[in-house]
Formats: sequence, structure tokens, C-alpha cells
Amino acid sequence: MSGAVEIALTVNGEAVRRAVDPRLHLVDFLRSELGLTGSHLGCEHGVCGACTVRLDGETVRGCLVLAVQADGAAVETIEGLAADPAWDDLRAAFVARNALQCGYCTPGMLASAAELLAAGGVPTRDAIRDHLSGNYCRCTGYHAIVDAVESVARARAGAPAA
Amino acid sequence: MKAAAFRYARATSAAHAQALLAEHGEDARLLAGGQSLLAALNLRLSEPAILIDIGRIGHAAIEARDGRLRLSALATHAAIGRSAAVAEAAPMLAQAVPHIAHPAIRNRGTIGGSLALGDPAAEWPACALALNAEIVLASAARGERRVSAEDFFLGLYSTACAADEMVLAAEFPATAPNERQVCLELARRRGDYALVGVAASAKLEGGRISGLRAAFFGVGATPVLAREASRAAEGATVAEAARAAADALGRDLDPPGDPTTDGATRLRLARVLMRRAVEAMAA
Repeated sequence: MSGAVEIALTVNGEAVRRAVDPRLHLVDFLRSELGLTGSHLGCEHGVCGACTVRLDGETVRGCLVLAVQADGAAVETIEGLAADPAWDDLRAAFVARNALQCGYCTPGMLASAAELLAAGGVPTRDAIRDHLSGNYCRCTGYHAIVDAVESVARARAGAPAA
Repeated sequence: MKAAAFRYARATSAAHAQALLAEHGEDARLLAGGQSLLAALNLRLSEPAILIDIGRIGHAAIEARDGRLRLSALATHAAIGRSAAVAEAAPMLAQAVPHIAHPAIRNRGTIGGSLALGDPAAEWPACALALNAEIVLASAARGERRVSAEDFFLGLYSTACAADEMVLAAEFPATAPNERQVCLELARRRGDYALVGVAASAKLEGGRISGLRAAFFGVGATPVLAREASRAAEGATVAEAARAAADALGRDLDPPGDPTTDGATRLRLARVLMRRAVEAMAA
């Protein structure tokens, strides 16, 4: 009745082709079909941000995009971060600043933070908090995360560290 | 949770989408950005037999011409927020964007989807009502028609868009030189549903307010146009208009309570926003 749909897309630069059930969302596709388990699933209704990935260069909620909607698109996940210097800088800063404890939110947090940094400049701490408002972290209380994002922004802009 | 099974059809044009709607009627739901629909499917609040994906039919343009701003249905919240044409022709809309959910959701969610859903706590329905926008609808059986925002939002998640119709665009009158527009919202955290919000426009001439249109959201089953507030503010100085409009709101709004915020609190917050909105018009 539901009928599998053939899709072809690139994931972290690699061409992928699969037949998927229409109800399969993008993060379940990444995790169960491709074994890319770095993208996490929290609330599954768009609130927590753990599933944030990049679709055609923009962050999206992986639980609020169907795999069939990603047909023809380019998807980037935490597993592809080594290809992107911004993500790598963020990863190093998250380690240096202790900006994670359990790490469940971190892949989505990095995707959102990278999108903010791509806009350039040094965002205010309020602007960083606003931008990350849709990514929940239950461990850190956010201060260390804001510190990490701010330190990368400052380093990239050649500004003194806070 | 996981969505229940459904069939999937990808529309290749608006006409194709309307033909599919005509064929499947109430069994179908249109999938645009999916930022409300997929959440509802995952929670099994909605179990349509078939999704008609309109994500690839085009219709994402933002155009200002002949004194009108036309936002095609698939224009995303993020694209509206980035648009210089929007900031110039309808600054209220640009002000509303940062209040809509979170960046990753704004990258996918569309104005057409938001209007068609008719969430009473959402920003676009209230903006459409405040600016008296026209919603452009189309169906295979009856072609195109236009419905003013005042006639479009009928009840909780209920609009004038029929089961075989789709939203093609929303058209806003371009702002006049002496017009001021403001969108303000109070929420517990950035991106949360509004406790209460207001989209307001008025003329400001010689320090006096006229033609105030303030649409509140998060205060009932639909966005609510505050007509008594408008009457009370007419012709008054900014400070008087701000106070009079806020005082009059008790006759316009009767917000329901919920376990976190009772109705009286919501009304009080609405008065605060009303005052701030009128004062911001003179800033």
C-alpha cells in the first residue's frame, strides 16, 4: 500500500541510492539505512535539535524531513565534518571548553553553530544563544557551549579571546 | 514516535498538485516545508492516506510590484527574513521572522504552509490579518480565488481553504510612507510558542496615531483583530494611543488559560505588548 520510493542523493559527498518507505524520515534513513549514527534522535517532533543536519547547505531538522524529500539533495552529517574546517574548529573548541558531557546534543549543536559562524563576524553571546535556542543540551547549562562558539568566532575574526 | 504509513506523490506543478487534491480530497495532505505536518505525523495526531509533496513545484518567489508584495506559498521563513523587498514593503514581516521557531525550522517552513495550517499562536496568520493580506487559493474545479485574511481564519486550525484547494500565495499591500509596522512577541524562551504576540500597523502623522490595526496571536482559536483598541487609539497622540489601546483590549480579547498561563495573565501581557507596539511606532 505505501510503496517504496527510489531516491538518489549524496551524503557527505558520496552518492547513495536506496528504495525507501515514504514515512521514513531523514535521520532514521541516515542511521538505519546508511549506518551513520552520529546524527541523534531525541524528541522526534522538531523541538530538541539533536537531529540537526545540513541539507543542500542549510541546517534542517532531520526528523522533520522525509528521506524521499532529500531525493537529489546533498546531505552533510557530523561524520563528514572533517571536510569542513568550521566544523573541525568547533569540535576542537568544544573539547577545549568542555562544552559537552554526554555528547548527545553535540552533532546537532555543531551543525547549528557552524551555520551561525558561516554568516561571518563575531556574534554577541545573546546572538549565539538565540541561534542555538533550538538545540537542547541537558548537561552543560549552555555556558561552555556559548564560550566555545564565541572563541571560534573570535579566532576566525582575528579578535582577542574573551 | 514514527509516522503511520502513507502513500507519497510528488507534484510536478501547482496544476498537478490540484489534480491530485481533486482525486484524493480529504484523504490527502499537502506537504510543503513539513515543519508542522511531519511533527503531527510523527506524533500520530494526523494520519493521512497520502502526502502530496509540493516542494518541487516552484512557487517560492518573493516579488514587490505595483504597490503589492506577493509571497508565493513556498517562500521559506528564512527567505522572507533575508529579503530586502520584504523589509521595505512590509517591515512587520521581517520583524516577525526571528520569532518563528528556530533557524533550522525557518530554513524549511513556508508561509503558505503556515497560513494553510492556521495555528492561532503562529506569526504569519496574525501578520496577514493586521495588514489585511489576500490569500490566493487555487483548485482544479474552481480555478483561482482570493480571500481576505479577515475571512480566511475561521477557527482552530480551520481556514477558508477547501479540501481540494491549495494556497498559492499571500499578497500584502506595500507600506505607505507614513505607516508604521511592528511585530512583537512574548515567549518563555526564544523560538517557543508565543504566550502572546501582536502584529500591528498604523499611520503616524503629526505625532498622532490613526488607522491602528493590531492582530493578536496566542490569545484564542484564531488571530484576533483588536477593533476596540483601534477605536480607542484613533487620532490620539502616541502616548495616549498606547494607553487607550491597551486599556480597551479587555473588550477585544478573552484569552483562554492553560496550565502554565491563565487567561488574565495573557490579557495583561497583551496589554503590555499593545503599549510597546504603539510606542515603538514613534521610535
